Amino acid sequence: MTRKSRRLWLVVACMIGLGSAAALTLNAFSSNIVFFMAPSQVHSKPPPADRTIRLGGMVVAGSVRQEKVKDAPVAIFDVTDGQAAVTVRYEGILPDLFREGQSVVAVGTVNPDGTFRASEVLAKHDETYMPKEVAEELRRSGKWDPRFGKAPDAASWNTMTAADNAKKPATQTP
Amino acid sequence: MNPELGNFALALACCMAAGQAILPLIGASRRDARLMALAPALAVGQMIALITSFACLIHAAITNDFSVQNVAANSAVSKPLLYKITGVWGNHEGSVLLWAMILSMCGGAVALFGRNLPSALQARVIAVLGGVAAGFELFCLTTSNPFARVWPAPMDGQGMNPLLQDPGLAFHPPILYTGYVGFAVPFAFAIAALIEGRVDAAWGRWVRPWAVAAWCFLTCGIAMGSWWSYYVLGWGGYWFWDPVENASLIPWLTGTALVHSAIVVEKREALKIWTVLLAIGTFSFSLSGTFLVRSGILNSVHAFANDPARGVFILGLLALVIGGSLLLFAIRAPQLTAGGLFAPVSREGLLVLNNILLCSICAVVLTGTMYPPFMSLLFGKTISVGKPFFDATTIPLAIPLMVFMGFGPMMPWKRAQMWPVLRRLWWAACVTAVALVVATFQIREILPVLATATAVWVICSSAADIAERLRLFRQPLGQSWQRARSLPRAVFGAALAHAGVGIVVLGIAGMSQAAHRIVEVHVGQSEMLAGDSWTLTDVKPAEGPNYTALVATIEVRHNGRLITTLHPSKRTFASQHQTTTEVAIHTNLMADIYGVLGDKHGDDANPTYVLRLHYNPLAPWMWLGGLIMAFGGALSLSDRRVRVGAPRRAKTVDVVVVQ
Repeated sequence: MTRKSRRLWLVVACMIGLGSAAALTLNAFSSNIVFFMAPSQVHSKPPPADRTIRLGGMVVAGSVRQEKVKDAPVAIFDVTDGQAAVTVRYEGILPDLFREGQSVVAVGTVNPDGTFRASEVLAKHDETYMPKEVAEELRRSGKWDPRFGKAPDAASWNTMTAADNAKKPATQTP
Repeated sequence: MNPELGNFALALACCMAAGQAILPLIGASRRDARLMALAPALAVGQMIALITSFACLIHAAITNDFSVQNVAANSAVSKPLLYKITGVWGNHEGSVLLWAMILSMCGGAVALFGRNLPSALQARVIAVLGGVAAGFELFCLTTSNPFARVWPAPMDGQGMNPLLQDPGLAFHPPILYTGYVGFAVPFAFAIAALIEGRVDAAWGRWVRPWAVAAWCFLTCGIAMGSWWSYYVLGWGGYWFWDPVENASLIPWLTGTALVHSAIVVEKREALKIWTVLLAIGTFSFSLSGTFLVRSGILNSVHAFANDPARGVFILGLLALVIGGSLLLFAIRAPQLTAGGLFAPVSREGLLVLNNILLCSICAVVLTGTMYPPFMSLLFGKTISVGKPFFDATTIPLAIPLMVFMGFGPMMPWKRAQMWPVLRRLWWAACVTAVALVVATFQIREILPVLATATAVWVICSSAADIAERLRLFRQPLGQSWQRARSLPRAVFGAALAHAGVGIVVLGIAGMSQAAHRIVEVHVGQSEMLAGDSWTLTDVKPAEGPNYTALVATIEVRHNGRLITTLHPSKRTFASQHQTTTEVAIHTNLMADIYGVLGDKHGDDANPTYVLRLHYNPLAPWMWLGGLIMAFGGALSLSDRRVRVGAPRRAKTVDVVVVQ
């Protein structure tokens, strides 16, 4: 075994290792990436029924209700980004920090009837915390600019008018 | 007064660290013994100063000194004493100070236990540690000073996040940080070797114990963190592929590779450049992991406050440390001579394979962790990757790793024949085949079956390795015992650590068969799960020191026989308007019975309660296996080869001249 042939072996082994890692990664990326969507995006472009997405927005105040399906409790609530609302059905225990009027991210799939079946509901550790995606979506829809104070209560959003938004300084990105 | 003393001690430590970074380096290049002798003295001095500083912060927290901003923001009078102490490192400023203190302790350890090192090497290692420490102490002083005062001082503090009020916080962060920071020592050895332009077997022998020690702490820390999230967060899971968890897994993977490749340097003087690169890479991943995550760049539940000044400082410091060391590596690595030759089928060959597979897994985890933030940074797309991605990429790479793990310790160095190795492993292979068949009939899912079989293979082949070395059952037991006593402890340590991996994987495979149900029940109602009957017998309010709680009583029976009574609860912390869920777990080491109390529904006259019931087979094995791995590492550290017989450098080596 010479130095040269050893080096060849090493290079071949490294190529196989990293090559298979890259192949696995690309393969997994094509099927396992989870996109974030806001309720209005779900309405305009509903994803395929088998595709897992993250739905983010604010929980509409007064929309949370409970049902019981075969002994298992199902929580139902509406998530809005200020333009559209999606009804979420979640079979399980809502996280401790889940509140009406606060931000939430639900992971799951969209049913054919337009409701969302969540397999996981995330509300973050801190009550003043807002997931980045939700903050971004609120900003984009022109409902909130983080530089001008706290996020508005979700209950007020559907009643907000264009005039309310126009009063704010025009610093928001379209 | 006391916080000022702490602040002064911190500033003093920073100055000593700066001196420690510069003076010994000059001394080592000029061969000035007096300047080199400063290194251990300054390192110990810095350690004492930082311990003092940290003690001052703990004192301020215990005595409720709310004029200290950090205490006011994170503590409260009503908080129990244990959490006043542990709360010191449950926030950004305190954790950075803890980080710096552990780093200074590493410097102190090299000063105290590294007396058998050549003085120039020791001086350079301590100098590199001092340089890193100076950077972080400056960071602590300028952007996140834990001793900053507020005026007027509030009457009471804001209290700590209730989730962190758990005994686990007392141990998990310090141990994990010791693991992270511990890899600074191999890093410093690598930089010192690059400055000297010389890596040889003695270097490998010096650096390995430090890498193994850091690896033990990191393994322990990850296992405890996983256990903590299992019983605190109450989701019934143990690993969420959260960026913070990945940030600890990535240095663990490269650190594991480092621990193995350093063996090749020590025994065969091969893979030297690669080992140096691994040492640099592991510490770089530890650094960027802890700080990128905590600076809030990666969106994570573990991120503390988000402050742009801190982010810029940290990024600059990371760029300096990582970029500088890689630049030095690029300049000096070509001067390091290549080492001994070996055939592909040999102990070295399998260790190379181990390194390739570990680094491939590391690359995959790194991609999965960094891809989403980069996508949102560059293209404004919000995506996330979760468990399905990591399962699909890491498991196919981990399975061959485990298969080769069984062969590794049996292979002779340099050149090996497969046949004798296979002959010694025949019974392990038979047991694995039986496990494969049994698991196929029991589980009927491809990945858990493969995981079970490879785990059994790893455990059996580790046992076969020891049995072979002891000539067990081929000799009288007395002679085997004699052999066992003369066998180096490192051999037992390695076998234990490998078996620990197998036990962890068995636990993971068991958890993939976990069953759970979410039910809504009245008091007195029973539900069935995994052959057990769960009855909610009572729900009562209770008072804690700074919370009120609702405690449920659940009786679990198997065929009418009472197995256990669980008391899961829900706590409401008034000062933060926050509730936490306290899980109740009963374990018999073969399975966990895990109960969570959820919301109360209905009116007070006829309430129903949501319960989440889990049956988690083999769950405790994951953490037990992690501890066994760490214990194996510790056992090999206690080997007398490490303690006595200080390794000496060979006299006739070609020294690269350092200008």
